[in-house]
Amino acid sequence: MHNLTELPFPGLRGVPVAEFPGNRKEYTSDQEVRWCPGCGDYAVLSAVQGFLPQLGLKRENIVFVSGIGCSSRFPYYLNTYGMHSIHGRAPAIATGLVTSRADLSVWVVTGDGDALSIGGNHLIHALRRNVNLKILLFNNRIYGLTKGQYSPTSEPGKVTKSTPMGSLDNPFNPVSLALGAEATFVARTIDSDRKHLTEVLTAAAQHRGTALVEIYQNCPIFNDGAFDAIKSNDTKADAIIPLVHGEPIRFGAPGEDGLGSKGIVLDPATGGVRVVRVADVDAADVLVHDARAEDPTTAFALSRLTDASNLDQAPIGIFRSVDRPTYDDLARDQIRTATAGQDRFQALAGLLAGGDTWTVE
Amino acid sequence: MTSSTGTTPARTGDRQVERLDRVIIRFAGDSGDGMQLTGDRFTQETASFGNDLSTLPNFPAEIRAPQGTIPGVSSFQVHFANYDILTPGDRPDVLVAMNPAALKANITDMRAGSTIIADSHDFTSRNLSKAGYSDNPLEDGSLDDFNLHALDLTGMTVEAVKEFGLSRKDAARAKNMFALGLLSWMYGRPTQGTIDFIEARFAKKPAIRDANLTAFKTGWNFGETTEAFAIRYEVKPARMPEGTYRNITGNVALSYGIVAAGQLSGLDVLLGAYPITPASDILHELSKHKNFGVTTFQAEDEIAAIGAAIGASFGGSLGVTTTSGPGIALKSETIGLAVMLELPLLVVDVQRGGPSTGLPTKTEQADLLQAMFGRNGEAPIPIVAPQSPADCFDAAVEAARIAVTYRTPVMLLSDGMLANSSEPWRIPDVSELPTIDPAFATSPNHVADDGTETFHPYKRDPDTLARPWAPPGIPGLEHRIGGIEKKDGTGEISYDPANHDLMVRTRQAKVDGVARSIPDLEVDDPCGRARVLALGWGSTYGPIGAGVRRVRKAGYDIAQVHLRHLNPFPSNLGDILRSYDQVIVPEMNLGQLSMLLRAKYLVDVQSYTSVRGVPFGAEELCSVFMDIVKNLSAPDAANHS
Repeated sequence: MHNLTELPFPGLRGVPVAEFPGNRKEYTSDQEVRWCPGCGDYAVLSAVQGFLPQLGLKRENIVFVSGIGCSSRFPYYLNTYGMHSIHGRAPAIATGLVTSRADLSVWVVTGDGDALSIGGNHLIHALRRNVNLKILLFNNRIYGLTKGQYSPTSEPGKVTKSTPMGSLDNPFNPVSLALGAEATFVARTIDSDRKHLTEVLTAAAQHRGTALVEIYQNCPIFNDGAFDAIKSNDTKADAIIPLVHGEPIRFGAPGEDGLGSKGIVLDPATGGVRVVRVADVDAADVLVHDARAEDPTTAFALSRLTDASNLDQAPIGIFRSVDRPTYDDLARDQIRTATAGQDRFQALAGLLAGGDTWTVE
Repeated sequence: MTSSTGTTPARTGDRQVERLDRVIIRFAGDSGDGMQLTGDRFTQETASFGNDLSTLPNFPAEIRAPQGTIPGVSSFQVHFANYDILTPGDRPDVLVAMNPAALKANITDMRAGSTIIADSHDFTSRNLSKAGYSDNPLEDGSLDDFNLHALDLTGMTVEAVKEFGLSRKDAARAKNMFALGLLSWMYGRPTQGTIDFIEARFAKKPAIRDANLTAFKTGWNFGETTEAFAIRYEVKPARMPEGTYRNITGNVALSYGIVAAGQLSGLDVLLGAYPITPASDILHELSKHKNFGVTTFQAEDEIAAIGAAIGASFGGSLGVTTTSGPGIALKSETIGLAVMLELPLLVVDVQRGGPSTGLPTKTEQADLLQAMFGRNGEAPIPIVAPQSPADCFDAAVEAARIAVTYRTPVMLLSDGMLANSSEPWRIPDVSELPTIDPAFATSPNHVADDGTETFHPYKRDPDTLARPWAPPGIPGLEHRIGGIEKKDGTGEISYDPANHDLMVRTRQAKVDGVARSIPDLEVDDPCGRARVLALGWGSTYGPIGAGVRRVRKAGYDIAQVHLRHLNPFPSNLGDILRSYDQVIVPEMNLGQLSMLLRAKYLVDVQSYTSVRGVPFGAEELCSVFMDIVKNLSAPDAANHS
């Protein structure tokens, strides 16, 4: 039925390729975008509209599924197939879609409330099953659409409409959570960094399995400035810990070797990692980032460097990218094996007449 | 209820053979005693012999409730006859009780004069006290009104199988096969099927296999040789319509209906399910049929199960989700989404006793109003209910037809009684089953003002009001759908008051319009003079029908009609209701269908209800109907005998 051409990326295997390259305009729907002025969602939408055509897929074979929340309006603005579903359920719906259709590139758009509160169960199970879908988790650390209650990623003690004396909950770290669920692809990026965002999304698309991309996204109305520490030119060198596969993890103001003066080393005392001044250690002891490591322990340790309060420190990049068979590939394999060489209609008669039968004449 | 009608004594050899029209046997024991298996084997033997039959398994929710206690009793009742029967029967003619608790739990259902076969081995003082007996009922004369056979089934079994070197415990476990052998002898059942079954089931455990075979044969021979059983019974095969038959439970028939619906529509099926009693067997059954393109997804919860199903429907498969009442409660929001998305979706509710966890292994019909109204907003969905175990097949195909044709979620309301009970099923000719046309959208359906062709996902078929079903993959049909109210035609987000009013009414009109595709009800009223109508839905078909037969046999007139479509109702239902002086509606709830009928038709239907977790008895309903019929005919003393 479809012209199935092998793409170089395993993540997109089975999705038909476009004859002609697409462009941003084709991927933009005719709907008026209704986010607040200055919302970080605009930047992400623009990045996605720019990067999707570069995947070279047939546009009609791309589907965006979302839940409920500001970010979940995303599918309406993309001229692909799309479903704006109900709160928290997008990963479950996408799981059914992906399992039944090998020829689709399926994306889930969700937020911190949608994915981590009401839909937390579906998120972790999609990750553990490793369904071939890409989850964009817009984390603005606040409930926007319901007008400003604290979210499961809000810093402890946050004063909001529903927590006038400060919130009491310990927040989730979405990257730690995903790694705990043994996700095969986990990354973090920032709405305002178009280049990094595009790189990470491209890597997610190329990954076969569930890819979770946490996108730090500013809500200018209810949580403005939540990411100032990692966005401000004054502080970002010390706040952002860049994770690049195969490179030593260095950050902070440049040291004598031109790389960051701070680095990450393994900490035998805790089994985790810690930040050191590179000058204080042997430079060779600085941890070289290995996103392909089968064991997620070090990736998890890195995720714990995220400052839960003000984000004065946060690793950014691809924490983990490993191969594991996907649920949907395995499910389709079973169907393929079971249906091989069978006349289904004849088989139906056989099924109905199976077991002990008797005939009345 | 008297079931040993039409006795014709005859003699073959030295044993008297008594001919019966029908017999009801109940096997009862501890939940680990294998009573379901025993009953199932007896049923298969009976089916292959050619009797009509109906079964009723009854078991506790606990996997192994405390041994020897009344809550731990598991039973299996089988009713078989030489004519077409409608129910598993009210009162057993024979009770096989493997321990004191099984006797105590079932004795109140037994008529004086009926037969009790008890395993005396298990009537120890400890077991007696667990069951709440102070004296041994097998010895204290309390069962004098019954034809009691106190036999050491366990002892005889252990003795018979000792050559196979099993532990005493394993040897004793074959006692159910001894009992089966004895009952098979008493009722002249064919044995080869059971022998084949035991050989296949225990093929890898020769000692267990041989012990079970030996116990089965020894039980048969015991009947043949002992003086205790003076009479064998004979129930001739029933005269049934031509065809090939098999015995089938409701859950299996429903599963086959789903497989068939996939084949008849050419759609792959994706079942999303979370294990729940009494629906899990549908998940188990469908997971065996991947060769029909049926994918089964055991989800993390009920919501994910229906979510995956609706996702698959969006992708062009037939999405199905199966559950029981508590699961429906969890799925309500997603069913509402499916109403808005207007995608085909089959939602199966195998009802059980509620509310909350309720009675997980018992039957009830109390989810009707949940199916009708259990969602926020105006969210109408068609509802279909099977009337017997075998009918679950046709009902599933019909529910899928409506779902696919009208692009709507459809609720299929089975129940615990239908799920686990069985009856002979005349296997349909596959080529005679109805085809279902998914009629996918393949091209744009609208021309814009500037002449460009576009796709309007909510532009409707004028007859069915169904919207186009356009799974991803077709260029030019890219579209976005969602739970927010949509603009008529284009499907764009719309908060316009008039548009919302239009869309709410249109979705209702679409579901109401399903009535045009369903046949008129046919009332069963042989004399044409009945003034009372018995009306039901779902699994009460059997007991209502059996009650109606008794009323007629007693010389009174009563009509019967049964609803398969609960929403919308068949077009001629109102006329039918208004043409009887009295309408009686028995339901296993507190009058949910009655409420709907009264509201819609302003007819003063009379409700008769019971929520005991077990089906109505024919005797019970007969007496309810008789009161009404007699009351109505009393003034002019007219009865048409």
